[in-house]
Amino acid sequence: MRRRLLSAPPETLALRALVAAAAAFTLIWVGYKAQANPRTFVVVSANGLTLAGLYFLVASGFTLIFGLMRVVNMAHGSLYMLAGFFAFELQERMTGGEAVSAFGSSRADLLDWVLPLLGASLAVGVLGLVMQQLFLRWNQGQELRQALITIAISVIVADQALAHFGGIAQELAAPTEFPQSVDLQLYDVTYPFFRIFVLLTALAVGLALWAVIKRTRFGMIVRAGVDDRQMVSALGINVQLVFAGAFFLGSFLAGLGGVLGGTMISVDKGNDTQYLLIALIVVIIGGMGSLGGAALGALALGLVDSYGDVYLPAGYTNYSVLLIFGLLVLVLAVRPLGLFGRPA
Amino acid sequence: MSRTRALDWGPGIIVLAVLAFAPLLFSDFYLSAVLTKALWLGLAAVSLIFLAGYVGIVSLGQVALYGIAGFTMANLVEADGGSTIAWNPWLATLAGILVATVAGLFLGAIASRSYGIYFLMITLAFAVLVYFFFAQVTDLSGFGGVNNVPAPAVVGNPLQEPGRLFYIALGTSAAVYVLLRYVSRAPLGLAFQGVRDDPSRMRALGYNVLLLRAVAFGLGAFVAALAGILSVWWNTRISPGSIALPQTIDVLVIAVIGGLYRLEGAWVGAIGFAALDNWIRGVESIGSRFNTVVGLIFLAIVLLSPGGLMGIWESATDRLRRRFAFEARPAADTSRAP
Repeated sequence: MRRRLLSAPPETLALRALVAAAAAFTLIWVGYKAQANPRTFVVVSANGLTLAGLYFLVASGFTLIFGLMRVVNMAHGSLYMLAGFFAFELQERMTGGEAVSAFGSSRADLLDWVLPLLGASLAVGVLGLVMQQLFLRWNQGQELRQALITIAISVIVADQALAHFGGIAQELAAPTEFPQSVDLQLYDVTYPFFRIFVLLTALAVGLALWAVIKRTRFGMIVRAGVDDRQMVSALGINVQLVFAGAFFLGSFLAGLGGVLGGTMISVDKGNDTQYLLIALIVVIIGGMGSLGGAALGALALGLVDSYGDVYLPAGYTNYSVLLIFGLLVLVLAVRPLGLFGRPA
Repeated sequence: MSRTRALDWGPGIIVLAVLAFAPLLFSDFYLSAVLTKALWLGLAAVSLIFLAGYVGIVSLGQVALYGIAGFTMANLVEADGGSTIAWNPWLATLAGILVATVAGLFLGAIASRSYGIYFLMITLAFAVLVYFFFAQVTDLSGFGGVNNVPAPAVVGNPLQEPGRLFYIALGTSAAVYVLLRYVSRAPLGLAFQGVRDDPSRMRALGYNVLLLRAVAFGLGAFVAALAGILSVWWNTRISPGSIALPQTIDVLVIAVIGGLYRLEGAWVGAIGFAALDNWIRGVESIGSRFNTVVGLIFLAIVLLSPGGLMGIWESATDRLRRRFAFEARPAADTSRAP
């Protein structure tokens, strides 16, 4: 092991030393800050983990679609945003515009939240499917052209969403059946329940996706399709059907993320750019097409996001974007295809 | 000059001649709002087209790079917002171009090991991060941006004397076009094209492929930086909103409408884009939905004519070209013509 570590060319060694030094410095800095105020550390870590859950939901659909079809769906963020707006509209109609009381507390019961969640996610899933069938299906293999097509669609969606839903940030009301907060049993921290719920949902979705891909026939075909699309097709399997299913599922996941994010944070006109960026960064870090990579990338991004906002020296918190950029640079310098990326 | 060559160069020379008299032919408003704007948008787009056509990398980072040039320049002169440094505008301009070029070389070095769609994603992520950086860092910009940025005296006030900035933009565009044409035929440009066609073979021939890609990206950043400087002079301000994702997409749309593989396409697309923008904003019913129209046109072009307007032009002139070539051939050869 030792010999293998040192046998690389000198510039690779220097790079590895740099990465190790950056990681060590970050750990020591965060550790130092953590022991100074453990209560804050617990809250900030929980923020990072729950954000990571949301990021994973968004990025898993993106990476699923790319892994199988080599389509970079630049409209993924638009689907996320649309689902948030759809669900908000639906909830407003179901509760007669009184989902949130004058004092900011929720008046929506479980049905007023679950139905918009499923309705909006399904609608967005179908929208993604229609987009794939209408525009992408007959351009298979032309990666750039497909990316440009989805960019064009995202431009149209962004403008139409602005026209129909306006430019004001909206918030979905969580069901009244959910508790407001939970006691984490750590340093007396009580934490918003809904954020924990998002994290649990992300874990459940991740496990379900893993089980589907590793254990079912559909998953087997998907895995085979990733490796050799033509061979699968030649074996008599209807690859187009599998593609359509995967595109629906990926878009559905973007929608799920949109509704959960709309309840956890808010839904706003800039969300399409923001969550496209998040999906991009997560898969660039984790490696395109890898579910485990998406989980790891989401975790890294969520933690860097929330630690950066709090633990940068006073006066420099504005520069937290640079941390994310630094994370990208480090990963790309060591592994150009991402942590779990494989060449196509 | 043969007729085929005339077909290659003629239209360009005619357009340039017409543009040279543009201040006499068009109103001040149209000159500034459409033509000057198209010239700097075209510069941004040509940096993208050069990279796509000659190096084989599609970058969505060009607007971010021009933003870096613009913000650097705007911060170094005496303006409202940003830092309090007050340099000479020319010095600040040089610094802006330099910083953006170095940023381009750095990004090129990081991203150069990625190909195709990965490269596009990395540069897009970079572009959006640059936007968020300037939106957050109030010491350099913040959401309000940097306003009342003074240009060098020779530019004057773009509102009162739009002709000056127009000629500067025209001169810069022509110079950049000649430079890129020259580079594309020089050994360096041939090496770029080799990298585009077959990186492994170039590596086997002893070329440093990563270095070549990084240098090409730096050159693209330099051209984008010129566009950024001109855009700040033209707007007299720059804000994160000027380099957000919609602007990145605008430049991509221009490049695709013009045609991703011909340098001239950048300005053809840009003039079409700026004229359309100007026209649609005046139409009552769809004026505020300009982006939907742009999106639809973009979609139609990508679906129907991936070569863009230059592609349509080429297939239209292809017939003439073949006929000229056919007529120019010795008579004996015609028997063997298919």
